[in-house]
Amino acid sequence: MTATQEPLVQVRNLKKYFPIQRGMVIQRHVGDVKAVDDVSFDVLRGETLGLVGETGCGKTTVGRTILRLYEPTGGQVIFDGVDLVSLNEGELRRMRQRMQMIFQDPYASLNPRMTVGSIVSSPLDVHKTVHSKNKSKRVDDLLDMVGLNPEFVNRYPHEFSGGQRQRIGIARALAVSPDLIICDEPISSLDVSIQAQVVNLLEELQRELGLTYIFIAHDLSMVRHISNRIAVMYLGKIMELADRNDIYLDPIHPYTQALMSAVPLPDPDIQRKRKRILLEGDIPSPTNPPVGCNFNTRCPAAKERCFKEDPAFREIKPGHWAACHFAEDFLQPDKKLV
Amino acid sequence: MEPLLQVKNLTTRFYTDDGVVHAVNGISYNLNEGEVLGVVGESGCGKSVHALSIMRLITDPPGKIEAGEVLFNGVDLLKVPDSHMRRVRGADIAMVFQDPMTSLNPVYTVGFQIMEALMVHQSISRNDARARAGELLKLVGIPGAEQRLNDYPHQFSGGMRQRAMIAMALSCDPKLLIADEPTTALDVTIQAQIIDLVKRLQENLGMAVMWITHDLGVVAELADNINVMYAGYIVERGPASAIFKHTHHPYTIGLLGSLPRLDEAPGTKLLSIPGLPPDLVMLPTGCPFAARCMYTDEQCLSAMPPLVPAESKEHLVACWHWEKIAEQVIA
Repeated sequence: MTATQEPLVQVRNLKKYFPIQRGMVIQRHVGDVKAVDDVSFDVLRGETLGLVGETGCGKTTVGRTILRLYEPTGGQVIFDGVDLVSLNEGELRRMRQRMQMIFQDPYASLNPRMTVGSIVSSPLDVHKTVHSKNKSKRVDDLLDMVGLNPEFVNRYPHEFSGGQRQRIGIARALAVSPDLIICDEPISSLDVSIQAQVVNLLEELQRELGLTYIFIAHDLSMVRHISNRIAVMYLGKIMELADRNDIYLDPIHPYTQALMSAVPLPDPDIQRKRKRILLEGDIPSPTNPPVGCNFNTRCPAAKERCFKEDPAFREIKPGHWAACHFAEDFLQPDKKLV
Repeated sequence: MEPLLQVKNLTTRFYTDDGVVHAVNGISYNLNEGEVLGVVGESGCGKSVHALSIMRLITDPPGKIEAGEVLFNGVDLLKVPDSHMRRVRGADIAMVFQDPMTSLNPVYTVGFQIMEALMVHQSISRNDARARAGELLKLVGIPGAEQRLNDYPHQFSGGMRQRAMIAMALSCDPKLLIADEPTTALDVTIQAQIIDLVKRLQENLGMAVMWITHDLGVVAELADNINVMYAGYIVERGPASAIFKHTHHPYTIGLLGSLPRLDEAPGTKLLSIPGLPPDLVMLPTGCPFAARCMYTDEQCLSAMPPLVPAESKEHLVACWHWEKIAEQVIA
């Protein structure tokens, strides 16, 4: 994995609010679900950026808004120098060739009435990148690339297991030779031994094709395994963004510290001695996020200021960003919560 | 001391239109009072079906418990009449299910659902049951427990529903709590809360716990003993430290290798297991793991290895070649 320092995607102040409407006949706008609330980050060319967080933190919405599968409420997404938000439909479609997505549910994301061959070749039909004469050759190559037998082209998705279906989804994403692939929880519905197969495949493909990934997941150990840098989201905001080792060895934000301590390690000796930060309660509703820091309702270190002021997302040390008023304190090893 | 639960040669099959599904294939083990047993395996390995068989909750047809004994305090649960079994379920053996969203009834209040179990099993008055239900919700850490008794399940979050399920399971002081993937649908921070809760309750109440999961990290923390299941067989069984530190069965080795570790060195490649688990309708004659195993030879293809003691009496493994593999792993 050789990541250059040049960004492929720059996300700036991205917002996505889903309106809440009341009334059967006259629809009134009564509020917003702030799924993504002012998020900024870069994705470097050739790297894997992990996006982690718990259910409902907005990580999937970020992924989809980057591709403009959702229209952003505000902000910019600059892909290779072009602001995707300002493009019209035709221009956007041409750009979409360069960014593809792998979905979470391999059962729902493949049309059960289409053969594997037609699923994998449909991006080729849309973008007309390959001459129809060469299409079947290209499909064979793609299936081979993801470790499926090219003789399977005429089979239907139900004939495959979850892991194999996810490989079909990967082949479809690769069909138009994209630069960026957004992997939205590609492994969370798979069994452990199959997860490892798919992750190894994604890593091999990245090495061979120089792909850039945004890898969305809630499984922290898998994200740390595959990513170069990791962004931790909570309630629509990025709480911390750092190198994969820093986020584990030197987490700054109290939420990241708690999250890292909650991940079970497959080792009884370590696991039984480990100290854990147990967070109280649940994630607040994104329709009515708390005043001040989003995490203040569950933060074990919250002080008065956290209930008044929203902390800025700032660079605490080179390459390590966090949104916490007391980030500098947590830099010192003896001030850590664990 | 006699074990609390003795499972002997338990065999469960499902007779479907596509053929006979060999879900559980003659498994045997003991579970002592106050012990925490982790049952680990991937989807379709029979871990849930084996638990449902113990509770006699297999729908017949298509399912059928074909052979074996389940001795609970010396009584074979597979032979007792239904009326006896109804007294055991919920009172002596309680179960917590995977999906807290669907295992509570949406049209009754949470309080009523906890009280129901108490009134059925302990013949106490409505008021006493209500008071006890309040105590139980408090015990599992739900704030404002008394008021929340009147709430409906949709007013609870996922973690709170799972706590309510645990409260319900604990209501009659069971001797054995079977938890079937209780944290799989929950986020890590909530999972940590639930694990902590069960650990605390288990220590205080002294009940035995069977924790069924696919996550080896979770059992690493909780379990005294671990059963690793594959294709309806127990392929390795032993104390937690033995399973993690002196792993013998190639499947368990592969499973542990498939897990990235939070403390791993960068650039480590995952040791994945090639291929897929076997079709339970057409189980191979020999070892079910043979098709995915790198140590397979003719013996593996012709006969299923028995579950025999490895280094110690407690650590059992079902592999013809565990000794050879152990030597290689050390070398």
